[in-house]
Amino acid sequence: MKLLIIAGPPSAGKTAVTRQIIRHFTGTKKIAFLKIDVVRAFEDEELRQEFGIPAKKIYSGDLCPDHTGIMVLQDAIDWAESLGSDIFIVESAGLCLRCSPYVTQSLGIVVLSAVSGMNSPLKMGPMIALADVAVITKTDLVSQSEKEVFREKTKEVAPSIDIIETNAIQGTGLRYLMRSIEALPDIADRKSIMLRGVPPLGVCTICVGKREIGWQNHFGVIRKLDHADDLFRGD
Amino acid sequence: MRTYFSLNSHHVSMSACSIHEITILPGHDKHGNPEQFDRIVIRPGDTISIVGPTGSGKTAFINDIEVFAQNDTATGRTILVNGEIPAEEFIRDPSKKPIALITQNTKCLADMTVEAFLAMHVRARRITEPDIVPETIELANQFTGEQIHKNCRITSLSGGQTRSLMVADAILISNAPLILLDEVENAGIFRERVIEVLKEHCKSVIFVTHDPLVSLLSERRIVMKQGGVEKILMPEGREVHIRDMVTRLDLTLCRFRERIRAGELLTEQGFPV
Repeated sequence: MKLLIIAGPPSAGKTAVTRQIIRHFTGTKKIAFLKIDVVRAFEDEELRQEFGIPAKKIYSGDLCPDHTGIMVLQDAIDWAESLGSDIFIVESAGLCLRCSPYVTQSLGIVVLSAVSGMNSPLKMGPMIALADVAVITKTDLVSQSEKEVFREKTKEVAPSIDIIETNAIQGTGLRYLMRSIEALPDIADRKSIMLRGVPPLGVCTICVGKREIGWQNHFGVIRKLDHADDLFRGD
Repeated sequence: MRTYFSLNSHHVSMSACSIHEITILPGHDKHGNPEQFDRIVIRPGDTISIVGPTGSGKTAFINDIEVFAQNDTATGRTILVNGEIPAEEFIRDPSKKPIALITQNTKCLADMTVEAFLAMHVRARRITEPDIVPETIELANQFTGEQIHKNCRITSLSGGQTRSLMVADAILISNAPLILLDEVENAGIFRERVIEVLKEHCKSVIFVTHDPLVSLLSERRIVMKQGGVEKILMPEGREVHIRDMVTRLDLTLCRFRERIRAGELLTEQGFPV
């Protein structure tokens, strides 16, 4: 079974890309789908209805959705394999951009929207840097100039990433994504699947529900406005 | 053709230099009937119009070119570059793609000045030509009656100014040898001048259009029906009288438009020009 992890900010077009993948492989491959989201998601029902494929969702609720994804992924792979799936698509909630849900033995696809502002790739870091493929959607809506600048900024974050520009609703230009999926090897050893990157530090007093603002009110990993760079020190 | 190197040689990119011919091989229409043409060859300086009713496959036709279809799109067409299956890098790496596509949906979203916007594009393409930004603004001003200033904000430009700037940008900065314009005629740009400049710069251009003037100014007209190419018209001078008449009508309408803008009552004569 091939594993695809699709990430990207909200409204970038992750589900539109997922639909094109399912449409392309319908009839030749068995596909299963999992959506991870926070409070509400409809993709599983829509895709089940539209394509008749097994589809599931999980709500993270108070937990970080990417954290949830990591927790449930092993079970989810078991579920998809038990159905005899050839391709298992996991679509992330697409929230804080700091995490990167891609794992080894999978194809990591980041979906970015060309209308989201030309500097947006630079703000995303690991969500782009650890992906294999960047699918840039809505390129039909922006000028050639902005499209080219967006592309260059994406490359700045991940120089060797494969860039695919598309109008995902029409599916133009997605042939290379389909080829990458066809060329992707099956999961070799699911027990050894690892996250590709280290997630940000998240074990903190805010996570456990303290609502006061300001570092003075917290303990554990804290940070002041001045005289601190990317290095975090415990207090 | 002669002007190609003299006018434009200082910023012809490698990919632009190496393309002298794009060939479209037939696919099939929506019902699977094979298209009735042998091949369509596009060379630098060619102007082609794609016409036909809504849903006849005009946009799908230019999309096939834009993605270099290899009998792997809904239409089954194949696109060759210089008579051969295009190199993987043309298709794979969008920055090597020798095609600029401007559609009716295309917008400039960046809230920047015209000068900063173009400079940003120049940097992204790693062009060192120092005068390319003012040259591009100057060219854009040849396409529109409303002057574009380098300090104008992109977001406050009119539709016509934006299209003019995008076309000038595609010609000089993107330097794409093939430009696809999907129904941009309503934006109030000087279409004749655009076509002239595209020829001067040896760009090929394909218009998806319903506009009589643009259709009549093109050397070839591809007529679409039911998703396939129905026929290819080569007027070869037979439409010259109608073309001249439509050009005059268009000029008349342009002048009326300017006078209405200027707040005049159109009671005097002025028709036709």
